[in-house]
Formats: sequence, structure tokens, C-alpha cells
Amino acid sequence: MDAQAIIAKRIARELRSGMLVNLGIGIPTLVANYLPEGVNVFFQSENGLIGTGPIPEEGMGHPTLTDAGGSPVTALPGASTFDSATSFGLIRGGHLDLTVLGGLQVDAQGHLANWMIPGKMVPGMGGAMDLVTGAKRVIIAMQHTAKGKPKILEKCTLPLTSARPVDLVVSEMAVIGFPGGRATLLETAPGVSVDQVLAATEARLATPENVVEMPL
Amino acid sequence: MKTITVQEAASMIPDGASLMVGGFMGVGTPHRLIDELVRQGRRDLIVIANDNAKPGVGIGKLVDAGRVARTIASHIGLNPETQRQMISGQMAVDLVPQGTLIERIRAGGYGLGGILTPTGVGTVVEEGKRKIEIEGKAYLIETALRADFALVHAFLADYTGNLSYALTARNFNPVIAMAADTVIATADNIVPVGLIAPDHVVTPAAIVDYLVANR
Repeated sequence: MDAQAIIAKRIARELRSGMLVNLGIGIPTLVANYLPEGVNVFFQSENGLIGTGPIPEEGMGHPTLTDAGGSPVTALPGASTFDSATSFGLIRGGHLDLTVLGGLQVDAQGHLANWMIPGKMVPGMGGAMDLVTGAKRVIIAMQHTAKGKPKILEKCTLPLTSARPVDLVVSEMAVIGFPGGRATLLETAPGVSVDQVLAATEARLATPENVVEMPL
Repeated sequence: MKTITVQEAASMIPDGASLMVGGFMGVGTPHRLIDELVRQGRRDLIVIANDNAKPGVGIGKLVDAGRVARTIASHIGLNPETQRQMISGQMAVDLVPQGTLIERIRAGGYGLGGILTPTGVGTVVEEGKRKIEIEGKAYLIETALRADFALVHAFLADYTGNLSYALTARNFNPVIAMAADTVIATADNIVPVGLIAPDHVVTPAAIVDYLVANR
């Protein structure tokens, strides 16, 4: 299994029937492919859709049914559509159970930076700040390092997405939580040791006795 | 409400006007109006919209032609030309969180001076803004936004100007329709009065100033 598949498959285990879930672009989108059997969730697309389905077959897309990147999607039975004010009311108003987003950096307190690299990449925050501020639970799906450099740092060097800390970081090496506001190693991926995770992480990680293997 | 041609609609918009434009990555954007603004050479426009689409698409065409002096948007990441013009100083870009942008527009259309939002607290977004605490939680004061024109695209318009929207092409459209001095609408289908049931009218005809006739 490649790194992205490990991350997406592990996060899919966090989904429960009836949840309203918003998946960001990139690895988070893959989570929908690993939904456990019998689990039915509502996927929201912030451009105004609940009940987002798979990509349509070739030639079956419609120009008014798209994801947040403007690409064609389908709508599942029971889907609903609404304007952007309602969409972000759902996000900020405590109605969204879970968002899964990509990350550039996460720090020891769980603060996320994922929307800009000053001087290099200024795409705009889109819905990311509202999602991290408003969702009941925030999970970050990201590779543990970028070009060999740790992404989980003592303190973020990039501009933060929100003052609200995230709940869980899932990488291809580990699952990290923030109980009591402190980065804590909860799980290691199969074949990955605690020492390997610590070596690839700049933030000081609390390592309890009972770090378990990531269930996949 | 008055029915006009797309040429007449674009000619009402002066250089330097502020425009709210519906659409999300070009989906639900009044493309014919944008094309005609480009053709008529309108310039120095202020464009308030969710995004700048991408080069060659929707608002991206105004950007390609160098007609936008300033944009207020939540995301420009899929339009490298906007980013280039921002870095070169040709275009001013105000980036606003998407939920804040739509609420500022809603406030502008609903007679409110602004809104209080937790989004952006503790980030660069709070710079220069007033912050207040209510029941122990911090909020930013975000001011209302209005524009000279709202350029709206609907799925159905009836002969009186009632509008309804399709699927994800709704997005910013019904909200901007409330927040501009002059509302100009295009529609995929213009239908007789009565074909949009009153319960299904999203934007009431009373606030639509001009409906652009279809070809």
C-alpha cells in the first residue's frame, strides 16, 4: 500500500454512519474510497452540495453538478443543494461532524498551517479557515515529511489556518493526537518503529507505553 | 424588470465599476455577460466573487484581458494569471475566507453593517480588524460588502424576472442578487410566468432589474 492509501484507509475508520463530512482536495478526497462496509455518511462539497457521489462516467457529467474544484461529480439519492451562505453556515455553525484536510505544517499544540507559503504560493484560504474553525472534529491527512524534512514541528513557521488546534494527524508513519494540548504518538504504521517516527518528527512527541499498530 | 440584450447589459456597466459575479470555478457564472464586457473593452473593474476561475474561463477571461484592477475573492489558486498580476502589482487582490466573504455580502444585502465571525481569529486575517469577545469567545468584526452591479446566472428565469438555480450553480448567485445597486441576470432557460412555482422561486423578480434575453 502506498503512503496515500495508508493515510486514507486509516482515516476512513474514523467515519460513522450519519456523519456530515467535508473532504479537502488531495489525499482527503481518497478517504471516500475506503468507507468501511455498512457505514453511510453525508459528504458535503462546500460549493453547495450534500450527498456528493463518485466521479460520473465519461460523458455523463453535467456542467451544474461539480465539486469544489469545478470538476463533475454525481449526487447520491437524498442529496441536497444550497447556496454558499448555507454551505458555510453548515461548516461554521457546528453542523459539520468532521473535516479531513491536507496540511503543510502542524505544530506541537496541534496548530495547522495549510493555506500559503509567503512569497511562493498564495492561493487564498478558500474554505480552509472556516472548516478548521467550525468543524466539530478536524483530521489532517498528510505525508509525515516533505523532501525529507519534518512537517510536524515544535512551532509552525508558515501562517496559521486557525487558532483552533486540530484533533488528529494521520500520516503514512503514525497517528498523532493532542490530548491535553500536547502532541502525542497514538499509533505507528505496520513496520514503522516509535524511534523512526520520532526521528522524522521535529515536535517533541509524548510517547505513552501503549502505542499501538495502526489498524488498516 | 426590463428585458435587454447582452450588448445593452454590458454597456450599462462603466469602467471602474464594482461587480459581484456569481459562480464557483465558473459554474453558475453569467458567461455571456463576461464575454461581452471583454468584447466592449470595459476596464479597471473591481470584481467580487468566490474565485477567479481559471485562464480562459468565466472571470478568468476578464483577468486574461487585464481588465480587473482589484479582486476580492477567497481562492485564486487555480488561476496562475491572477497570481502573476498580483505579484507584479497590476491587480490588487484581497483574500477573504470563503465563509466570511459570503456573509459580508449577505450582510450588505440584508441591511447589516457587518458580521461577527470566529474565522480568522489568531491568523493574519485579523490584522487591522476589531476583535470582540462575547460570552468568552473571540470574534472578528467583518464589515458588509456591496457592489454597483450583481451579475447573476440562473437556471430558470420567468418573464417577470423570478429566478431559480440548478444544483451547484447556485453558490453565490442568490446572495449577490441582494447586495448590489443594479441586478442583471442571465438564465439558461427563460420560461413563461407560472412555470416556476412560487415555492421554487429563490430570487424574487422584485429585486431583479434587468434580464438578459437569450439568443
